[in-house]
Amino acid sequence: MLKYISRRLLYTVILLLLVSLSIFYIFDLIPVDPARLVCSKSCTTALVEANRHRLGLDVSVLEQWWRFIQGLFQGRTYGEGGIKDIYCGAPSFGYSFNRHACVSTIMAEAFPITLSLTIGAFIMWLSIGISLGILAARKKGKFADRASTAFVLIGTSLPTFITGIMVVLFIVLKFHLVNPLELGDWQNPFTNPLGWLRTFFFPCATLAIAYAATYTRFTRSNILEISTEDYIRTARAKGLSEKVILRKHTLRAALAPIVTIAGLDFAGLLGGAIITEGIFGLSGLGKLSIKAVTQTYDLPIIVATTLVGSAFVVIMNLIVDVAYAYIDPRVRTT
Amino acid sequence: MSKFLEVKNLSVSFPTEDGLVKASNDVSYSVDLGETLAIVGESGSGKSVSNLAIMGLHNPTMTQISGSAWLNLPDGPIDVISAPAEKVRRLRGKVMSMIFQDPMSALHPYYSVGNQIAEAWSLYNDGSKRDGMARAAEMLDLVGIPSAKDRVKDFPHQFSGGMRQRVMIAMALVNNPSLLIADEPTTALDVTVQSQILKLIQEIQKEFNMAVILITHDLGVVAEVADKVCVMYGGKIVENAGIDEIFYRSQHPYTIGLLDSIPRVDKLGSHRLKAIPGQPPSLIGLPTGCAFAPRCEFVSQVAGSLCTTQNPDLSEKTTGHFSRCFLEPEQIVTLTGRKASAK
Repeated sequence: MLKYISRRLLYTVILLLLVSLSIFYIFDLIPVDPARLVCSKSCTTALVEANRHRLGLDVSVLEQWWRFIQGLFQGRTYGEGGIKDIYCGAPSFGYSFNRHACVSTIMAEAFPITLSLTIGAFIMWLSIGISLGILAARKKGKFADRASTAFVLIGTSLPTFITGIMVVLFIVLKFHLVNPLELGDWQNPFTNPLGWLRTFFFPCATLAIAYAATYTRFTRSNILEISTEDYIRTARAKGLSEKVILRKHTLRAALAPIVTIAGLDFAGLLGGAIITEGIFGLSGLGKLSIKAVTQTYDLPIIVATTLVGSAFVVIMNLIVDVAYAYIDPRVRTT
Repeated sequence: MSKFLEVKNLSVSFPTEDGLVKASNDVSYSVDLGETLAIVGESGSGKSVSNLAIMGLHNPTMTQISGSAWLNLPDGPIDVISAPAEKVRRLRGKVMSMIFQDPMSALHPYYSVGNQIAEAWSLYNDGSKRDGMARAAEMLDLVGIPSAKDRVKDFPHQFSGGMRQRVMIAMALVNNPSLLIADEPTTALDVTVQSQILKLIQEIQKEFNMAVILITHDLGVVAEVADKVCVMYGGKIVENAGIDEIFYRSQHPYTIGLLDSIPRVDKLGSHRLKAIPGQPPSLIGLPTGCAFAPRCEFVSQVAGSLCTTQNPDLSEKTTGHFSRCFLEPEQIVTLTGRKASAK
């Protein structure tokens, strides 16, 4: 197992190197010149060239990428060796000339917001989705099943930019459950759990509704499918009660695949929930990256958010695979 | 009311969009402790459904069951068809057990075999998990799994098909049941493994004095282990007799056809196997008359096309030998060219 994990980790590193390299090449193709963008009104060719040098864009793409990789481990200094030099310590994701800060500092501010949003939503959608799915499967064809099907239809067909806006409209502006001025404030959930709940409950719920609907449908159909398996009939022939059969036999097999999609969904959201963050004014990774891509063409931030996002997905994939081996003995390598 | 299990007029049907599927129609049989009853028939003849009904394993919302199945337990008889579901559940695994056709899919892939056997044991016995695992190892040893102690913690996928069926048998027998229903236990297995499993069931039956119902479509299997045989066709019993009666003095054309279609080593020379022409009937809206009539080679021998207008009753042709046919034993003998007392 250890050998397997270390091999997978090696693949992960290679994959991330390739991802970062392709981001640099893609960025190079964008018909926007960052050196000209940071230039003020009195722009001369010499000034643009100076900017280009300062941004580190006057060397080949490969060279730029290599400097970035080095910076990750050694930290990086920007400037000509004068007193105006800027130093970003390792792991340095670069320096944002647009925001005048090291990217790692910017990321460190945005990440807790995305992380707590994701964790909150994750807990909500898992508990709602799985319990509703179990309920619907047990009451198949009855009212509870139909009600949950309605929820699934609404949840999957309503995009978050609709539910989010409706939540803001009703909860914040109409019923004043949350002070609009507090919306999007970062509160540390450990030192101020109530404050965190006030600003994060509704964004989490907005995200969770869409995911919970998918998970409800998935749980329901999985349980119904597993219920027809021969080994469930065996469990019944043993004399086990329906409760034990559901809890010990059906759910164990039905929920195993949910581990996989839950892990990947979780990782995907860690890269930033662009729409939800935008609606609720949360300055998380999603908002950070969308702004860097569409408004400021801030390469260091784009590279950093993309890389971090893909790292989460790849690493979570590994965790899911390892977890799956513990859940399903057939996957275990002997 | 002397036999351990007495099934009387048991009918099981499934309402579908196309109509009522009468999977098992007015079926009666009995089996006593230490006895093996074989129920033989083609796929869809209703072999399994009546026994699933005895076990209470049908989905009550999708099945209509009538008739009775009495278990003569030491503390008084109980009709498992009309008894409350919870009561029947407490008999499952303890008084009556069932093993299934495909041992590949009948064991839970996520639990070790020991765990699954211990689970069945701890339902009816007080004891720790460790006691359960020890009991599981004992049972695995009993059913002939080599180095059983080391294998209790193995998972089903680490066993071969035959070994998995042994595990299923161990699990079914862990609480010393009085009735074992084996639903095609050897169909999914190699021929060599088949006879091992049959032998195992036979040995265990002797050891525990169990009543065994063996559901199969394989007459070779029947010959090896059964005391009595019920032949089913189209959801009904067409012939019911002791093993020798069935094999040497079969009365029903369907049974005769089945026996003719088995390859035999004692008949020398190369000849084609005789197949029964046609298809088994649909169980929705059976035609009037004998269900086997469209495929029966002797239909013309019965006067007045009785076979297609009237359904024969299951009648006692000779002592203890029941057949659902208008033909009399003497007619059968002349028609098949069989010596009356051939043995």
